[in-house]
Amino acid sequence: MSLLDIRDLQVAFDTRAGVVQAVNGVNLRVERGETMALVGESGSGKSVTAYAILRLLAKPAGRISGGQVLFQGTDLVQLDERAIRAIRGNRIAMIFQEPLAALNPVLSIGRQITEAIRLHRDASPRAAWEQAVELLDRVQIPSPRQRAQDYPHQLSGGMRQRAMIAIALACEPDLLIADEPTTALDVTTQAQILALLKQLQLSTGMGLLLITHDLGVVAEVADRAAVMYAGRVVEEGGVNALFANPAHPYTQGLLASLQMDRLRAGERLPEIAGTVPSLLDLPEGCAFAPRCGQAHRLCRAESPRLGPAGTAQRVACFFPMAEPVARSLAA
Amino acid sequence: MSAARPPEGARTAARKGEGYPVSTPLLELRNVVKRFGQGAGVVQALDRVSLQVARGETLGLVGESGCGKSTVAKVAMRLLEVDEGQVVLDGADLTRARQAELKPYRARLQMVFQDPHSSLNPRASVGRLLEEPLIVHRRGNARERREQVQAMMARVGLRPEMAERYPHEFSGGQRQRIGIARALMLRPDLVICDEAVSALDVSIRAQVINLLLDLREEFQVSYLFISHDLSIVRHVADRVAVMYLGQVVELAPRDSLWREPLHPYTRALIAAIPSTQPRGEQPPARALLSGDLPSPLAPPAGCRFHTRCPQAQPRCSREAPEFSELAPSHWVACHFA
Repeated sequence: MSLLDIRDLQVAFDTRAGVVQAVNGVNLRVERGETMALVGESGSGKSVTAYAILRLLAKPAGRISGGQVLFQGTDLVQLDERAIRAIRGNRIAMIFQEPLAALNPVLSIGRQITEAIRLHRDASPRAAWEQAVELLDRVQIPSPRQRAQDYPHQLSGGMRQRAMIAIALACEPDLLIADEPTTALDVTTQAQILALLKQLQLSTGMGLLLITHDLGVVAEVADRAAVMYAGRVVEEGGVNALFANPAHPYTQGLLASLQMDRLRAGERLPEIAGTVPSLLDLPEGCAFAPRCGQAHRLCRAESPRLGPAGTAQRVACFFPMAEPVARSLAA
Repeated sequence: MSAARPPEGARTAARKGEGYPVSTPLLELRNVVKRFGQGAGVVQALDRVSLQVARGETLGLVGESGCGKSTVAKVAMRLLEVDEGQVVLDGADLTRARQAELKPYRARLQMVFQDPHSSLNPRASVGRLLEEPLIVHRRGNARERREQVQAMMARVGLRPEMAERYPHEFSGGQRQRIGIARALMLRPDLVICDEAVSALDVSIRAQVINLLLDLREEFQVSYLFISHDLSIVRHVADRVAVMYLGQVVELAPRDSLWREPLHPYTRALIAAIPSTQPRGEQPPARALLSGDLPSPLAPPAGCRFHTRCPQAQPRCSREAPEFSELAPSHWVACHFA
């Protein structure tokens, strides 16, 4: 049984302009001890998927309109409010992009960790405080006993993110969802936080679902990755296979525009023409077809399902890219 | 005397002919100091910063948040007054020029901002936004202006009928195209791009970088390209300046900076760029900088980087290193470079 098994998840938002189908049949698995990256551009539905797992969608506009979210076999979609609250922050924890917005500005860091512990565990205030100091030490905050007294505004961006990770780890979750955890950070701080997350994951064995727009971050820490486009997973697989042989034209385009070191300086970058389609008005067939160089009549009529490509990948494309060997032979 | 570069040095470099222009630089910052606040709470945002952008050149400016890169942009545009030093555009000292005197120079120096959502007037149509610089600088009659607006829109990839629309009706990438078009309406000599592609999605970012590269050819424009993203700067810039806590710590032609970064901070920045290839079984542990940026209110004495520097020696905490030319056109401020 997978730690997390999302099956055909559908999320819709009611807006004044109409129904936005933000997530449109996502299938995704996260195993224990692995880092699964969910990659996509803005509006691809990656964060909405993450929020839907913990049922944190804004009410009443957002709703799960179909599918299952199986966490250790239990369908989280079917749980009542009390049961899901017992899981949130306990067995599944989440960290966010903006620690300053996610942390409570009027409580000390130590107090916020204590709160997370005492919500789910039977611990005295004193014991919980000691545990909070230990957690701050584990996320490598120097002089943790003093820092526990600090308020979020007294910490730097990197320290705040560490504090948020400490809160998330308070109840030793089985799954940690990290929504763009390093996007707001500088590159040297980002490297520190990614190294910390990886190290904590190795020592705890938790599953990590990393939501990011940054393929560089994926290359750094992920074991597997799923690429989302317009509310669907278009390709999924081990990162080595995915980076070496992207099968979906969209994945290939994203990787090509990232790998600037393969070009001469100042050379035009390979680009994906056009823009992401509106979720209010998705095209018939494959949502990527209007931007795809290889699109065929079939692509505009039918929507491809996620199916096997090679041994380690799955792709949702009628005409997946050939492997490099085959490509060079063809050329 | 860390970030200060004597003009003699610049001329020596010019004779050696690598990276430096022989002619007058288009934009020059000479020993610029900018302070914010007063009393005990003074932040020295720029500490004797000297930079030059040559005609047709793209100078990349990199560093982490709070290092002063955006202050450089604002000082160069005279959106902020300098406390010491000079801002020189094409040989003319603009440091103390009055607003009226600045006007002809403003047309030659334009800026593209990070967030086109907040830098475009939401109540003006795109046509109006693009025409405005021409009106302010009294260029052409109404018909000519409209033609120029249409031509520029076509050039940056916007359809003519979009002139009637308002900024909120566009996607982020399209809004940035509008921002770029507006910056180019007056055919400036220099465009300062302050994190111009940082807010864009990967697939859109490539489109906008390509547009900037094409326009550089077509309009013979120079860029001061400010970004925290080293891989983009490496791709677009001819020379690169690295800033740390208000000082330029290294300045070099692009290739020699990447081949042989001399400052430990530059090396750490380059090492921290996420890989474009999966690491596989290798652990992500590399030469990671420990700690955070010190408070700019109380920057460390001596070399400002010594608190985080893996090679720091006692001397570094006492004595600020000179900014000196260790290889042709390759400047660095480090005792042990």
